[in-house]
Amino acid sequence: MLRAGLSAAARPALARPATTLAADFAKVTKRPTTKYGGIYTVTLIPGDGIGAEITDSVKEIFEHVNAPIEWEQYDVSGMSSVGLKGILFTPISQSGHISWNVAMRQQLDIYASVVLCKSLPGVPTRHSNVDFAIIRENTEGEYSGLEHQSYPGVVESLKVSTRAKAERISRFAFDFALKNNRKKVTCVHKANIMKLGDGLFLNTFRRVAEEYKSHGIEFNDMIVDNTSMQLVAKPGQFDVMVMPNLYGAIVSNIGAALVGGPGIVPGCNIGSEYALFEPGCRHVASDIMGTNRANPTAMILSATMLLRHLGLDPVANQIAAATFDVINSGKVRTADMGGSATTSDFTSAIIKNL
Amino acid sequence: MLSRPLAGIARAPSALRRYASASPTAAFAGKKDSNGKYTVTLIPGDGIGPEISESIKNIYTAAAVPIQWEEVSVTPILKGGKTVIPDAAINSVKKNTVALKGPLATPIGKGHVSLNLTLRRTFNLFANVRPCVSIQGFKTPYDDVNTVLIRENTEGEYSGIEHEIVDGVVQSIKLITWDASERVARYAFNYAESSGRKRVTAVHKANIMKMSDGMFLSACREVSKEFPNVSYDEDLLDRVCLQIVQNPKPYSDRVMVMPNLYGDILSDMCAGLIGGLGLTPSGNIGRDASIFEAVHGSAPDIAGKGLANPTALLLSSLMMLRHMNLFDYAEKIEKAALTTIAEGKTITGDLGGKASTSDWPAISSHCSILPALFPYKPCRANPSHQHIHLPAGLT
Repeated sequence: MLRAGLSAAARPALARPATTLAADFAKVTKRPTTKYGGIYTVTLIPGDGIGAEITDSVKEIFEHVNAPIEWEQYDVSGMSSVGLKGILFTPISQSGHISWNVAMRQQLDIYASVVLCKSLPGVPTRHSNVDFAIIRENTEGEYSGLEHQSYPGVVESLKVSTRAKAERISRFAFDFALKNNRKKVTCVHKANIMKLGDGLFLNTFRRVAEEYKSHGIEFNDMIVDNTSMQLVAKPGQFDVMVMPNLYGAIVSNIGAALVGGPGIVPGCNIGSEYALFEPGCRHVASDIMGTNRANPTAMILSATMLLRHLGLDPVANQIAAATFDVINSGKVRTADMGGSATTSDFTSAIIKNL
Repeated sequence: MLSRPLAGIARAPSALRRYASASPTAAFAGKKDSNGKYTVTLIPGDGIGPEISESIKNIYTAAAVPIQWEEVSVTPILKGGKTVIPDAAINSVKKNTVALKGPLATPIGKGHVSLNLTLRRTFNLFANVRPCVSIQGFKTPYDDVNTVLIRENTEGEYSGIEHEIVDGVVQSIKLITWDASERVARYAFNYAESSGRKRVTAVHKANIMKMSDGMFLSACREVSKEFPNVSYDEDLLDRVCLQIVQNPKPYSDRVMVMPNLYGDILSDMCAGLIGGLGLTPSGNIGRDASIFEAVHGSAPDIAGKGLANPTALLLSSLMMLRHMNLFDYAEKIEKAALTTIAEGKTITGDLGGKASTSDWPAISSHCSILPALFPYKPCRANPSHQHIHLPAGLT
């Protein structure tokens, strides 16, 4: 609370920073120790699909600005307390492995997923003035992985909801709203049908919301089907949204589509000990893998969130500004933004702009 | 030990599942009465329900549709300590096998089961059909929407099985059965075949819910083998959300089929693309009856003021007419309705106009040629379609 107050006082001019990625988020993680000379060690997991290409962009850019980051690259897992990660592919077949993305989030208890959806100047979209943050519970709900066949042809899949986790994510959402000068938190749920499970989430949210009333943060709740309808019709009404796991997957994809696609939406996953930065809208995009056509913006912006997380705001601002300039000038754009540039063209354009 | 013989029974083409190979829908079999009219149950519903139902009745009278309405209330009553739908309503729907229903209010977070849910269970309404088509004259950022979504309607996340294990820990059970998955899949393929869409896409989240959504997919795959003229593919829920919102056009060539919750969310999302639930029809297809309804809320705040928009209920009633093989009447009313909206002179407040509910159907002599936007044809079982047994891996 004190920290929130201080940071608000320290940055009066930046009431709401102009760019998505200047957005601050609750720094609940302990600042990691640095090596000699203030170098931070960050785990890099390139991931599957286009992962290698877009993390290469980040590496190149970081090298160019001389960011005090030392990468520790792993092909699958392993972790210092901060990581940058592409998306790992999960097979659909029943014999396939469980989602490593989910396993990583559950084991490291990185419980809050933050996805920032904001219209970027220069990206052609159907809606403008979209600016909301999606806070998604990352570790339970439908992703519990508990399923069984109780009789041939009858499968039960358990959705587990706990008060402790609902409370934790609700607090995270309100803290995020406070720190980022956002005014309203919306709880997304399906408590009219899942009266106990989502009811627990909703009631916990309401109780937490009462505590933040004195900070002047408004709150409301909305059923998930109505939310998805409102999002595509009137996205301007949303500010911060908090929700259980599965709805987060749906809402973040709708949000991404509103602002121009998965290639430009950054995200991070925050826990009490670890923070993991990955594109907000988790697509492997294996269809364009290896063709040098992927848009690395989401990954670059996620990396700038990582830098801010480590307190390296000046470097982050520099990279974010260069990226936004390149997109806005419209000369060098990847295919998903209506251009014909390659991933490497785009990366070098950003480096030129730094 | 016990499970083996049981599994054997389940796999035999026994009476247990005979319905799955019978007609996938309650193909309409109503008879005209002595006045040459079909009787249809009308459930006006709550809030704005009565006024929009009145408006439908007026339009139908004007168009001389051979339908006699039988109005019933479904306000729950207490019977033997349980809240139930009155017998009169149930019997009426059972007898007529077709009903048109206005919006019902479902209280959130209170003890009793949603009325809509009860209706679905009572009449085995297993498939919810939700077409969404951009309406000319109502401008949204999307003007090329033409989607058809079929949602499994009886189980999944809506099983209503929930319990609190210890204080603060709740388990909600999503129930997926082979029978229900297969039944809705077969209906989707039938629908695709008869409405001229050449492709069925199953929407799932089987990367996370491997067994439950996985079984839904295997059921769809099995059924797809019966329909060589309809192509079949599968897509992740995340990708579908993303792609429809970015560009809905590619989805106009197919029918999407999915489990309950995903269908709920996606169908409302598609409705959002074209301007909201006030413009989208919905049909619940069942074994014992079919109920066509407006899925929007009961809007108690504007009830009784003559401001409500009857479009959704009217479009749903057109699906109903087509279900009853009254195609000409459906065509005629649809033209009039869409022309009215396109002209924009007498449209209601939610569409940006000032007209009241009763002005709205001041439509009769429009003759512009509009395509049939809500193709709905009752599907009948192909006798060559055999019931599919559970694949070995599932037993």
